[in-house]
Amino acid sequence: MEFLSDLQAQVSTAYELLAAGWGVQLLWGIAWTLAVTMVSMLIGAMLGSLVAAAKLSPRGGLRFIGESYTTVFRGEPELLIIYLFYYGGTQVLTGVARSTGSIGSTDILNMPSFLGGVLAVGIISGAYQAEVFRGSFLAIHRGELEAARAYGMSAWLRFRLVIMPQVLRLAVPGLGNVWQLTIKDSALISVTGVAELMLTANKAARSTHHSLLFYTVAGILYLVMTSVSTPIFEKAERYTSRSFTRPK
Amino acid sequence: MDFDFYLSTMWSVLKALPLTLEIWFFGIAFGLVIATGLTWLRASGHKLGEYFTRAYVFIFRGSPLLVQLYLIYFGLSQFDFVRHSPILWPILRDPMYCTIVAMALNTAAYESEIFRGALRAVPVGQIEAAKAFGMPAFTRFRLVTLPIALRLALPAYSTEIILMTKATALASVVTIMEMMGTAQKIQHDTFRPIEVLTCAGVIYLLLNLSIARLFAWVEYRLSPHLRPPPEQSQQIKPVPEVL
Repeated sequence: MEFLSDLQAQVSTAYELLAAGWGVQLLWGIAWTLAVTMVSMLIGAMLGSLVAAAKLSPRGGLRFIGESYTTVFRGEPELLIIYLFYYGGTQVLTGVARSTGSIGSTDILNMPSFLGGVLAVGIISGAYQAEVFRGSFLAIHRGELEAARAYGMSAWLRFRLVIMPQVLRLAVPGLGNVWQLTIKDSALISVTGVAELMLTANKAARSTHHSLLFYTVAGILYLVMTSVSTPIFEKAERYTSRSFTRPK
Repeated sequence: MDFDFYLSTMWSVLKALPLTLEIWFFGIAFGLVIATGLTWLRASGHKLGEYFTRAYVFIFRGSPLLVQLYLIYFGLSQFDFVRHSPILWPILRDPMYCTIVAMALNTAAYESEIFRGALRAVPVGQIEAAKAFGMPAFTRFRLVTLPIALRLALPAYSTEIILMTKATALASVVTIMEMMGTAQKIQHDTFRPIEVLTCAGVIYLLLNLSIARLFAWVEYRLSPHLRPPPEQSQQIKPVPEVL
């Protein structure tokens, strides 16, 4: 019973606090989280496709680089990579700025937190996307590539007309998983001070002393984001594979 | 290159390895227990059990571990009954126990899905054959379903264990001085984040690579029937043509 009365008190303060302005703050947090996730996914897509190409390359050196990239960035704690880009970026920027004399020898040039966070999460996302792209490429029928070659298609034409459309189609389910991972990783960049959902919830929890309420709300909002993206990716999957299903 | 600095940092971070492994081990062990319970609940065929496990998996897989950790560490202490409970409070006021609880609850959601998939992937013919032999349900589970399912679950399980190694780093945000926390402290003291984080990164990577190697070895040992037969050493060689 004590539990129930506790809960009731929590719910009534919840409404007041959210209406008092924290609700709007949390909505901004969602917007930032989505922005971080999208930019990271884009960076990851670019890096991922390059790394996948390197891993599939006949050259040993390129393969080694690709393998190392995916091993390192999937094997390290996400937090470590985020710290490395944020604090390491500050170290590099400060060093460069001090040596060129644009700041004083005791000043510090901080890494922009959004840039540092997005680069770190993007690079992690790229390691997972590389595996997705590699898997989809390997799933393309060998015969199609041979046929394209037999037609005398150039490498670029083969890539544009045969490889890319199929890789995109086969990669959609895997990319959906990476998207979910990236949303969850984006919560970690709150440690660098990007005002995304997690940091907003943190601030709210600290300044109102209602941590249960705000972390629960944040958790629910993350659940909403991850579950809303599932049907979107399912739709994308239906769209990209429309020529492989029987017409109704 | 400041070799001494790398060496001393490496050594300081390595001294925190036992704590990281402690969080890792207990998180995985309790996670396995919860996951077994969830899988059993899901496989039992009760509608209520199915709804519960579905909701559990949805919640713990759909939100970041960091939120779950904060919710357990900062959030639950808001309840008076938690603070006054002689059992819950000693656990929930300690950041170390909170991290282990959060990791165990989180990994259980992923693991229960892995186990469910593995159980479903056991060939029906094997189970039918066991039934045809007149094996009772428990013997069938012990001798047929379980060994096949465990073997099938192993690759995905090893991935999950590696994710758990990475997750131990989150303990540093609730003040635990495990490897990540130690690296953070050295980094703040020396203002040399790149060097310090590289040292910590090397240790994490070696740890994960050895875990992956260990699982690959177990997998190899458990699947002799899937390997191609060894090369015949005394194959009859064709008689070389003489002139």
